[in-house]
Formats: sequence, structure tokens, C-alpha cells
Amino acid sequence: MNSHDKLMSSEYIEATKDLLLQLADDDFMYSYRGSEWLGLAPHIEADIASSSISQDSMGHAAMYYKLLEDLGVGEANELAHCRVAHERKNSILTERVNGEGYYMETPQYDWAYAVVRSYFYTQAKKIKIDSLCESSYRPVAEAAVKVRMELYYHRLHWETWFKQLMSSTEVAKKKMHDAITLVMDDFGDVFSYGNQKQVIETNRLIGTEEELKGNWKASIAPVFLALQMEVPVIPDNPIKNGRNGEHTKDLDEALITLSEVYNLDPVAVW
Amino acid sequence: MTKLVEVSTELVYQVLMNVKDPEIDSVSIIDLGMVEEVTTQGNNVKVVLLPTFLGCPALEIIKLNTMNALKKLPEVGNVEVDFVFHPPWTSDRITEKGHVNLRKFGIAPPPRHFEEDGSWHVDCAYCGSTYVTMDNIFGPTACRSILYCKSCKNVFEAMKPVSTLM
Repeated sequence: MNSHDKLMSSEYIEATKDLLLQLADDDFMYSYRGSEWLGLAPHIEADIASSSISQDSMGHAAMYYKLLEDLGVGEANELAHCRVAHERKNSILTERVNGEGYYMETPQYDWAYAVVRSYFYTQAKKIKIDSLCESSYRPVAEAAVKVRMELYYHRLHWETWFKQLMSSTEVAKKKMHDAITLVMDDFGDVFSYGNQKQVIETNRLIGTEEELKGNWKASIAPVFLALQMEVPVIPDNPIKNGRNGEHTKDLDEALITLSEVYNLDPVAVW
Repeated sequence: MTKLVEVSTELVYQVLMNVKDPEIDSVSIIDLGMVEEVTTQGNNVKVVLLPTFLGCPALEIIKLNTMNALKKLPEVGNVEVDFVFHPPWTSDRITEKGHVNLRKFGIAPPPRHFEEDGSWHVDCAYCGSTYVTMDNIFGPTACRSILYCKSCKNVFEAMKPVSTLM
């Protein structure tokens, strides 16, 4: 089998679609949760940064959905808005609410959780993007180079927040430690490829789960060392695996809100 | 029978020089280095653009403005405008004229050079002083940062450097 035949094999295409859905759905939900901070972040600079990062991340999701469209999976907008929860492949971490209450009523969101989730997620995304730059599927590899440049600023931003709050008051530290526990409880599927692990890895679409987990730990180790903390342990077996369509009720509620306007008139050109 | 007119790429580039960034009306998409390729076949034109930032909401407007500007030419038939991710847009694609016109708009152009540790420095867009502080790496649009000049006491914006070396 030459390399061209391999690229065209149905197994290869199916594995590529699955990985792209995981990447797209992750960024889609992450940016949605980030956008819920609009007007609520601790100060205006944080608000601006969070909005920009959410906007960039939504652009990354849109780009992955476009790559899926190119593979004939469906129209990008429909992929983003019309799929029900059990068809979604985002990690549980990205779908979790920002805290108690609703955006339009009395949101009591947890900024410590937002900082820890964003920092750990962005660092994980960086590890994946670095690996995707070497992907056997060229369109993904090329797009990853573009995403990596934008991610540089996201990572810098969240790492600064993380370090500063971890070096702040006792109350801040307590909140951050609680947030780390919550985030790590959901971290089990972040580096999982679910049922598609074997085909995704053997087709060299991205590095192995084990390799990326190792890279993630190594990449945050210097920050944790400076803070005199142990690097958090990634759970081996996630309670729910988003990659296999297992989700919490948080996702159902988010999808209703997210798609409300789109579903008013799906054929409208906005 | 209508005579088939061959549209020159030079003419297309001339038109594209008047397609401005919708948020910075002093710089064109050519100044920004967004135009990757122009091809013509008879009176059909194809323009390939590079997105600056992937989530930039101005991209669709730029695409539409590009199409409309070209369609105004009587000799132009079908127009196709596509965005591609490769090669990636980097801030060193901004031309010298782009640098000058960004400054006119009150935006410091991205630095040409990075320090060895990856850090970078820009001078005040208004007075040129190097005595500036970074207020926020994120600004009113994804591609800009907010800085403060301690010499002339102005807040100014700078275009973020974007490089594959990052």
C-alpha cells in the first residue's frame, strides 16, 4: 500500500473525522463557557482578554468544522449547532458550568475555576497542537501551525493569572486548590481518544495518549516547581468519557442556549 | 459574439489596494499581507487570502468587500475569494507601507525583531518613545494589544506580533 492509498482508506478517513470532532467540540464548548464571562470577569482587562480568547477559540472550532465539511461530514454550521449531546465528542471539562446560577439572572461564577480550567485546558491544547503540527493528515498539520501562534498569547495570559492567584492571599490559594481538585476530577478524558484510540494513534494523526499526557506534565512542571507544588495527577479512567458521547446535563443545557438563535431559523443568513 | 477580455493580475492587485481592513481604514489587505495569490482565467478572477486571526469577525466582511470591489470592474466576470490556512499569516507579512499607515491610525506596527527570550518591544505609536508599558496583551480586536506611553501619556494600541517561531 503506498502512502496515497493509505490516505484514502476508509479507516483513515473515519479516524480523522473522529479526531477532528473531538478537537472542534472541545474548542466550541470551551469558547462558549469563556463567552459566559462577558461583563462578569474581575476587571475590564480580564474581560477583554477572556472575550478575545473565546473569539479565537471559536475561530479554531469553526476551522475544524470546516475541515470536517471538506471531508463530507456535513455543513460546518450544522455540525456546530444541530448535533445532540450524545453525538458530541468534547471532554467533560469543557462542558462544565462556570458556577452556580444563570448568565441572564444571578450568575455566581467561580473565577478561580475559570483560571484553572483555562490554564490546564490551554496547556493541554498546546501539547496537542504541537503534536498536530506533525499530523499525517496535512490539512490538520497546516492549520495547527496557525492555531499555535494564537495559542501562544492564550497560554501566556492564563499562566500569568494562575501564578498570581496561587501566590496571592490564603483565600485565593484555597479557592485555587479547590478549583484544581474540580478540574482534575474531569481531566481523565482530556487526552483520551475514546473508542478510536487505536486507529487515531496507528494512523499517526496525533501523538499517543500516553505521550501527550507525559508532555503535559513536563510542560507545567516548572510552574508547579516554582510554586512548590506537586503536578496534579491525571485520572486513568474517566467516570464519563466525552470522546464516546458520554456527557453531563451541563452539556444539554448549554446546547439549548447555544443553538437557540440558530434554531429560530436554521436557513437564515445572519 | 462578445469578445473575451483577459483580466490582468496587475489590475486585480490595483483594486485590492483599495480593499481596506474594515476596522483600520488606512491599511489595505495588501498592506497587511493577506493576499496570497491572484489568478485570472479569461475574465474570471480568483483571490486567495490568508486569515490574520482565525476567529476574526472581519474576515467575512473582507471577503465580501473583495468580491464587490472586483465585480465593479466591467471586464471582470466570475469572482472567487477563498481563505486558506497555509502558508500561515504572520505579522512580518505586513509591508513597510502597512507599517507607516498603521502608525497613522494610532496603532504601533508589530516589531520586526524578537529578543532571544521571545519577548518583544514596540515604541509609542504617537511620539515614538520607547518608555512604554504593556497594559493588556489583548485589545479591542484579537490582533491588537493595549499599551501606555509614559512620555506622552497616551494609551495606544499595538498590533500583536505573530510568528511561527513562537
